[in-house]
Amino acid sequence: MGNKTALYATHQAMGGKLVDFGGWDMPLHYGSQIEEHHKVRKSAGMFDVSHMTVVDVTGNDAKAYLQYLLANDVAKLDSLLGKALYSGMLNHEGGVIDDLIVYNLGDWYRVVVNCSTREKDLAWMNQVAEKFSVVITERPELAMIAVQGPEAIRIASSLVSADQAAVIASLKIFQGLPAGDLFIGRTGYTGEDGLEIMLPSEKAAVFWQALADAGVAPCGLGARDTLRLEAGMNLYGHEMDEGISPLAANMGWTIAWQPAERDFIGRPVLEAQKAAASTQKLVGLVLRERGVLRAEQIVSVDGSDEKGVITSGTFSPSLGYSIALARVPRSIGSHCQVEMRGKQVTVEVVAPNFVRNGKAVI
Amino acid sequence: MSDIRKELKYLSSHEWARIEEDGTVTIGITDHAQDALGDVVFVETPEVGSRVAVGEEAGVVESVKAASDIYTLVSGEVVAVNEALQDAPETVNSSPYDDGWFFRVKPDDLSELEEALDAAEYRELLESDE
Repeated sequence: MGNKTALYATHQAMGGKLVDFGGWDMPLHYGSQIEEHHKVRKSAGMFDVSHMTVVDVTGNDAKAYLQYLLANDVAKLDSLLGKALYSGMLNHEGGVIDDLIVYNLGDWYRVVVNCSTREKDLAWMNQVAEKFSVVITERPELAMIAVQGPEAIRIASSLVSADQAAVIASLKIFQGLPAGDLFIGRTGYTGEDGLEIMLPSEKAAVFWQALADAGVAPCGLGARDTLRLEAGMNLYGHEMDEGISPLAANMGWTIAWQPAERDFIGRPVLEAQKAAASTQKLVGLVLRERGVLRAEQIVSVDGSDEKGVITSGTFSPSLGYSIALARVPRSIGSHCQVEMRGKQVTVEVVAPNFVRNGKAVI
Repeated sequence: MSDIRKELKYLSSHEWARIEEDGTVTIGITDHAQDALGDVVFVETPEVGSRVAVGEEAGVVESVKAASDIYTLVSGEVVAVNEALQDAPETVNSSPYDDGWFFRVKPDDLSELEEALDAAEYRELLESDE
């Protein structure tokens, strides 16, 4: 048995099928992952994301530290209190240690990293911090619930205080603010509008129940994966890891090359890769016939001996057929071959994004 | 413990067989199998008129999680397949022993079923795996 969040008993009581995820006992689904997926796209669903790692960065050098630590530039957040950005945290070889979201809260920053990379990330962040006047504080006492879908914000707002509802109403997309004992971010991992709400662990079960009573569907890891893949969002350990450049993981847009004087960990390696266009690239794949594309299936490309590989594949409930993300040679054209259960199957190549705000974009 | 029907025969690969009144044999997958697979999204059944044989892959059931070969409990000619599963594969999850049947075989030799497990033996198998 692994780690348990504050909602473990609740998941059991609600019929959650519990599985191991990165050392945590988490619900895979509560009956049907496909139904849960549809609930998020059509009304509202919620995810227990308390297993994720919240780290606060304080001190005089907080901004300078993060500008060195991260490939994206937190200076972009100066314009709005609570503004957040998505970034890779790279090693000196230009590989991805983790992907994360960082919020600017004025004189401090909040960083949310993955659960499976927790120890590694904290050790790295603390080591880099040695040269800066900063304090790194993990916040394990916080639970986190993601409420996602077209009805999510309306329903969540109805369950909090008037002051907290006012904060929610003020949030722009990718902005997060404290509100009472909550921290509310208008962020998510589904491609829908919604909130990620951090709260004291001891309050999580009651709040989850209130959301359920108000019609928000409990959703598990199965739906979480089909939703994020439809939205073209990476999963650490699949699309990237320490051996993969962000340029090969559709994360080029998250690298702030300007200002040119900003040194960040991994910059020199990335600049050389960019100049040489030397990495593979991440694309989307679509199989409109019967069958499900799966991670680790090999991709063959016309006119190249170099192979690609599927990094994540699934059945897309919103589209009704299979989609995947794959790291492939840059020369790839409009179609490629995937080896599926011993046969070569032709699939279509698209940009790595499939569904946004409930609609197909392919 | 998942649902196990007393009157059926079973394979350790989690298929079931039912002898129909006309002597044909209907094949499907068990409640345990559908639960382990999760939401079924595609079903591949053999062609009507083709032959299936014990020990050889007769079809495929694919869920979001994994693809799994389906095996028959009797060899013979396929006389019917459940077309409804093409548009509604989730029927395998909701009704594995009834509406979620896969295909029906005119058996060469019904005594082949004596090799299969009965309900009590299948239950024992599931319990020993837990």
